[in-house]
Amino acid sequence: MNKFIDEKNLKDKINSLSKNVNIKKWDIGASSSSDSSVQVDKGKPKQLKSSQKNSLTLRIWNKEGLVGISSTTDLTDDGLNKSFTSAYESSFFGNSSDIPDFSPECKNKLFNINSPLREAYGIKRLYELLSLAEKNLIESHSSIESVPYNGLSESIYERIYINSDGASRLIKKTQASIYLYARSNVQGKKPRSSGSIKLGYGTSDLDIDSCIEEASKKTIDHLNYSPITTGKYLVCFKPEAFLDLINAFSNIFNARSILDGISLSNKNSLGETISVPYFNLVDDGLHKDHIGAINFDGEGTPTKKINLIENGIINNFLHSEATARAFNTNPTGHAGTGSKVSVGPDWFVISKTPLGNNKSEKLNHQNCKDTFVLIESLSALHAGVKPSQGSFSLPFDGWLVKEGEKISIEAATVAGDIKNVLMNIVEMENNSEVTHSGISPHIWINELSITGEA
Amino acid sequence: MTTTTHENQITKEGQFHLGMKNDLEFLISLGISSGADFVEIFLENTNNISLLAEQDHITSVNPSFTRGAGIRVFLGDRDGFVTTNDLTINGLRNALENSLAMLGLDMNNSNLINFTGLNNFNDYGKSKETWLKDSPELKSSCNLILKATDKLKMKNKFIDVRRGSYSRGLQEILIASSDGTFCRDIRLSQSIGLNVLASDKGFRASSSRRYGSQGKPNDLLEWDSEKSAYDISESVGNMLYADYVEASQMPVVLANKFGGVIFHEACGHLLETTQIERGTSPFADKLNKQIANEALTAVDEGLTEGAFGTISIDDEGMEPEKSVLIEKGVLKKFLSDRAGEMRTGHKRTGSGRRQSHSYAPASRMRNTYIASGKYQPEQLIETIDKGLYCKSMGGGSVGPTGQFNFSVEEGYLIENGKLTKPVKGATLIGEAKEILPRISMCANDLELAAGFCGSISGNVNVTVGQPHIKVDSITIGGR
Repeated sequence: MNKFIDEKNLKDKINSLSKNVNIKKWDIGASSSSDSSVQVDKGKPKQLKSSQKNSLTLRIWNKEGLVGISSTTDLTDDGLNKSFTSAYESSFFGNSSDIPDFSPECKNKLFNINSPLREAYGIKRLYELLSLAEKNLIESHSSIESVPYNGLSESIYERIYINSDGASRLIKKTQASIYLYARSNVQGKKPRSSGSIKLGYGTSDLDIDSCIEEASKKTIDHLNYSPITTGKYLVCFKPEAFLDLINAFSNIFNARSILDGISLSNKNSLGETISVPYFNLVDDGLHKDHIGAINFDGEGTPTKKINLIENGIINNFLHSEATARAFNTNPTGHAGTGSKVSVGPDWFVISKTPLGNNKSEKLNHQNCKDTFVLIESLSALHAGVKPSQGSFSLPFDGWLVKEGEKISIEAATVAGDIKNVLMNIVEMENNSEVTHSGISPHIWINELSITGEA
Repeated sequence: MTTTTHENQITKEGQFHLGMKNDLEFLISLGISSGADFVEIFLENTNNISLLAEQDHITSVNPSFTRGAGIRVFLGDRDGFVTTNDLTINGLRNALENSLAMLGLDMNNSNLINFTGLNNFNDYGKSKETWLKDSPELKSSCNLILKATDKLKMKNKFIDVRRGSYSRGLQEILIASSDGTFCRDIRLSQSIGLNVLASDKGFRASSSRRYGSQGKPNDLLEWDSEKSAYDISESVGNMLYADYVEASQMPVVLANKFGGVIFHEACGHLLETTQIERGTSPFADKLNKQIANEALTAVDEGLTEGAFGTISIDDEGMEPEKSVLIEKGVLKKFLSDRAGEMRTGHKRTGSGRRQSHSYAPASRMRNTYIASGKYQPEQLIETIDKGLYCKSMGGGSVGPTGQFNFSVEEGYLIENGKLTKPVKGATLIGEAKEILPRISMCANDLELAAGFCGSISGNVNVTVGQPHIKVDSITIGGR
């Protein structure tokens, strides 16, 4: 596979432009990708797409030490010239009270990740595979009439970080994904829709059969539905749903959000109890099951495994170079790129510490005879979560389970407060599941508000 | 990623122009000679800047530039779409070859059908070339946003976090296609956002507002930041100590302007031909049938001067029309693009839109609103004994089977025909085809509000709008 980014050429050009205005300090984050994707509609190609994309973000430090930034997709000489001029101009508006610097770890040794590069299948084979998957999903049950949302894509991409101090990071990866969302149509019933997503290093790694099986099962499981009475319920979150919820409130651990005053935590929150004593949360961007793992961040800092909550206590925050400096600690490898460097989590792993009387499970979603709501997936996280206030109100797909019998819930929302949720965990099951967004067991919460039929 | 010299580019001065006609006609010739039914080339240059003020500092100034092409080829009703950042003639030729290959067509380099059919160059951008120069300079923009965040500080002592943002997008596009379309346009969009977070004694509330315009270089300079600061400060102050609303089923009155987001999300998307193609619109077979209360008329257009969703041409080169979607409750029209017309038979409405060259166009809304009715807003509230007044809406979503869910950012109880205490945590839950017949009253105070809409062809600027409307009954999610 060819190299996409000519790092040396790029470095020479920026050095040359820098000399003209006596700039001595700069860095670049850049990526280049080639993607192919297909969508189908009843065996016919709906959209076939391929793209070649470049993007480059340049930061420069002017004579006063202020930082300017610019980004571009135009890698011609003119494009780079324009971008450099623009970054230089914007540097005069740089924030003198919060000046970013190179990461002190931008030349440290990177952790190895096992990320095999796969050959691309190409559009034709992608189309054939997806058509077959669509056909098999429709044929899996008489109620499934179509697969209106579907896609199969593969990409190869390169990402680099270089700076004027000699730091040089490069990673090349391949990735593929498939999603299938089926729609059922049964006379006298409302249409129901559910689906599944699978990721792999390449198309050859995708478990398409289990994607079909999951999409089919989830859709069929919701065919017989009933409304749920509004009230407070014992709730069990499936792993994917709980990971979505905790990700939506990741500002709790985000040092940038803390400094900006929009986090639920503050500078003194380290050491505070935030959850039950058997709850652990780790951000593990290098986990072997994390397909999208990258071993350096937007500032070139090596990606690290960070214990965020240990035995219910906040143990660490996630940092960029600037936030680490403000907290007098080390960057954690969670920085983005930008004029104001953002911070974000990679991949959460939730686990249980056997402590006290919680060594054996009291509640298990497979055999619990109590009445409870089993939440399979949450929707509208962009709209129904108020991260700076801690509250959420989210539509969900799930079941009301009574004496072991599951009845799909017609349409409902779950509402609460994340801090109360974490403190009101009544059970974490023993078995964890790997999802595309992290790892978690089923997690039980007492007394959550569900709105269904008033 | 490779760097190239400027000489290889098909645009010599960086801008798109009539002189590119021969190159474009050559590429289209290659496409149709290879068996394609239709070839479309979309070229794009952007020059954007965004800035962020936090408390009393500018904390981010971010200029960005994009340059690229999207090439779409049709064979029957199938299409292949390729995007590239390489605007050399070879880069575009490779992209065309790939898009042909997707449809099983080999590039035919010999026996070319000589295509010289591009129409007279229709340059919608010619009169707009001064727009960038007429827009406020970076220094003025920074000062204006800092002034706004400063005013927020003075309006409410419990506001801890004050943020103001400004973004200016300048997009130059050129479209050339085998049906003769050959046009260029320049689009200037500006948007201003204000966000606050207030706290006191363990209570927290946040509020946000967005303003936006299209084709108005002076918009930021004319913005009344004092009024906006007052509006958002009052809102967050009212909500700071609000109780959570109880979940229930009750009538609601939705305020004008951004209240229209519900119609946009819950109904508007279902009237796009992309949804009909997918078989996910419950209204697909309801043309000329009653789908809403007689009180409701709804429009989508790209024509209102300065509105965020206004366009001179859509991204397929068609001038926008005013589309009356629903008239007195009867479904009159769907929004359609080229592929939509081909696949569903609904005529194009100038609604083929995309975020950038990286997306194929799709039928998308522009300025979408519920038309004014005959009532005063107070009259709607007076008809309700117990209900909810939704003064400001947050975001929301619509599921694949049409259910919607929207958060209420600022809400008040209606008791005995009057607004009483503020309540928080409310969400409106329903399904478009069940709720449309329950919109029983529309007031006479239609106003529009700017927003961003994310869908199949990326994020596009839109306007939502409505007068105050009354929904007879809806599920309120709460605690």
